[in-house]
Amino acid sequence: MKRKILSFVLLSIMIVSCASVDLNAPMPDFETGVDPDSWVQIPAGEFFFGQHEKVQKTDPYEIMVTDVTTAQYAAFLNEALVTDYVKVEGDQVVGFYPGDKFHEVKHEIRIDAGDWLFIPLNDPSQRIKYDGKTFTAQSGYENHPMTMVTWFGAWGYCDFYGYRLPTEIEWEKAARGTDARPLPWGDDTLRENANFYASRDPYEDMSSFGSRTTPVGFYNGKKYGDYQTLDSASPYGLYDMAGNVWQWTGDVYEGMHYRFMHGGSKDTYDMDLRVWVTNNATPTYFSPGVGFRCVK
Amino acid sequence: MKIINRFNYLFNSTKGLILVAIAMIALLTAVWGMLSGPMAEMGVREVVIKLFNMDIVQAEREGRMIILYHSVAMAIVAIETYMVTSLLKMKEFFKLAIRVLVTVGYMFAMIFGMGFAYFGHNWALHGLYITGLALIFFAGVLMCVALWPWNKEHIVTDKDYAHTKKGFSVERMAFFATAVTTVISAFFGAVPGSFFGNGFEVFLAENVIRLAEKTTMQYSIIGHLHIMLALIAIMLTLIIGRWLNFKGILHKISMPLMILGTIVLNLGVWGVATPLEPVAHMVIYVGATPSMLAALFLLIWSWGKLIRDGTAHLQKPTFGQKLSALVRDPLKFGPTWQMLFMNFTTSGIGIFMAIRLEEIFRIWPAREERIELTGHWHALSAIVATIILMYFGDMIGLKGKVRQIYGWLIIFFSDLALASVTIFEMKRLFITEAVQQPLVNYLMYGIDIGLGLLLVLLAVVMVWRLSDLFKNKGRWTEEVNQELSQEVNS
Repeated sequence: MKRKILSFVLLSIMIVSCASVDLNAPMPDFETGVDPDSWVQIPAGEFFFGQHEKVQKTDPYEIMVTDVTTAQYAAFLNEALVTDYVKVEGDQVVGFYPGDKFHEVKHEIRIDAGDWLFIPLNDPSQRIKYDGKTFTAQSGYENHPMTMVTWFGAWGYCDFYGYRLPTEIEWEKAARGTDARPLPWGDDTLRENANFYASRDPYEDMSSFGSRTTPVGFYNGKKYGDYQTLDSASPYGLYDMAGNVWQWTGDVYEGMHYRFMHGGSKDTYDMDLRVWVTNNATPTYFSPGVGFRCVK
Repeated sequence: MKIINRFNYLFNSTKGLILVAIAMIALLTAVWGMLSGPMAEMGVREVVIKLFNMDIVQAEREGRMIILYHSVAMAIVAIETYMVTSLLKMKEFFKLAIRVLVTVGYMFAMIFGMGFAYFGHNWALHGLYITGLALIFFAGVLMCVALWPWNKEHIVTDKDYAHTKKGFSVERMAFFATAVTTVISAFFGAVPGSFFGNGFEVFLAENVIRLAEKTTMQYSIIGHLHIMLALIAIMLTLIIGRWLNFKGILHKISMPLMILGTIVLNLGVWGVATPLEPVAHMVIYVGATPSMLAALFLLIWSWGKLIRDGTAHLQKPTFGQKLSALVRDPLKFGPTWQMLFMNFTTSGIGIFMAIRLEEIFRIWPAREERIELTGHWHALSAIVATIILMYFGDMIGLKGKVRQIYGWLIIFFSDLALASVTIFEMKRLFITEAVQQPLVNYLMYGIDIGLGLLLVLLAVVMVWRLSDLFKNKGRWTEEVNQELSQEVNS
């Protein structure tokens, strides 16, 4: 009898563990008031780069105030499809990338010129829908950061409009400003500063689907229903430079195929929100927790 | 009985010293375990920080982690030192000197190190923390001298044990080789530690793994953490073998393998900081193989002995009777079972990952790799801890049902936690990020329930031992003069 009970308990745990998650569960619909089409000027000059605060210098550049949204990416795909900048191949959107120089370093994977995956269309986490003619953003996700996009897809978006992905140095300066703060808003993280793992924001339910993205610019000091956020803009006024989604950066390093991301995400603990913390992956990697923004 | 007698027990007897070190680690684990993971999610972290008035700056996490790891590791090294100095013959002077140095050393490292890391940066405390580490290093050097195997005083008289033609103990040579390589490997970490520490450029090894170009110092740090953990595990395997009185043909095969494995493994790890780096990993694999084979032979011998002893009264024991004999005493069965289980949680995963490198590490994001790396380091550390706790249960004389409950609960709780950790590490093979949360939740329950209840069990034992100290004729009065060498299995 005891064995039967034990087996039943274990079986129940396994079934519950593997229960399907409703990826389209209802969610709040908040307007943040932050314009995803806005850019900000980052002045030329020195700043403290990295955990060990090495002094680095940048030229002036402009960077998007928020991550690229799902609506913006859908609009890009529609424009790019017309001009053959992207193609739909089966369940994928692909586009041309001119390739990287291969250095034959240990562990390096060759990235040749050719069509590479921009976004998958068949993944249930994809918030861009394609009806055979037009790309649209899933209702409710229009002002959320574009996710499920590969590095090539991020690179392609920026390239199409004459922009580019920020270098790691540019990204970090935009997040940190010119002092040595570890976080865009200062020294410590409170739950109301950013969307990170188990941060208890209105979009999260840790008992089922877990953490979800928040609309871009959500942590701007506004109150959404009962939820009061803290204004967590970076010194230059950028939002979501910590948490919500990791952001692809543009550096291609000699001898490695990995591309780097900054900022932490909805799926990481607050320690990963520090500006110098990086993640990296192969450029064909996509995830519900990875997005990007551009510079020009 | 005066209080001085209690202090004499706690700080001048083998079992007392081990008890104090385990209690220190238990306290540290209980408090600091509440600062991360699900405890942080639940808000317990903030309560603990306020309660103990901790001064935690987010930017300095890496430095805190390194001091925390060293604090626990030094106490574990101290426990192993007490065990070795009690199990093996050595001059009384060496035994005393080593114990004084290692005890003051780990207490300095733990108390002042944690004081510096978590309660404001008083640099005097940091200096004392470094002093503690230095004292432990000196204890290690003395231990090497004390364990010198080519000494006629330690000639093997029982030919069932591995020995040279001249009668020198090969087992002692294995202890010696492990001690010497441990001291060198500590130095191997101290050099880059000093280099980075003085420049305040602290970093965690798992965060530099994918850099195409690593500096020699970064390689040294990565090598140091791996080899120190491996050496702690190797020394513990030797200790368990001595406690169980490992002997016979398998002992004669295992001990040379252990020496060979230890030396080659270390050469490989030190090699990562030299121009030999490209082949260093191959050398490490070559070194790990004989070490693991030696551990396997210990397992085969000890399980065979448990079965033989447990079925000696039966003429033709059935499979069930043999199995029953094998698991009759969880404290004797447990240590080698944990070594076997380690292959599922640590070594097996490492080999699996290596085989499927192109599909996993070349594709997965760095963060997944980091989870796998830190997960298997923690799993191996936890296995070491549980094996020590099982030996501890035996040395404090647990008998009957209490022994059964204590032993099996350690095995069950730790294996539940470790199995959950293993699935958590490997989850990307069978579940996507988007739908993983329910599975993650259950795995977290498994990890936290397993580790939490293990700590509760340890707390119960610690409270019992504390209350025992208030008794005039408590168990401590019997243990004060007992040495582990007297309790080696017949």
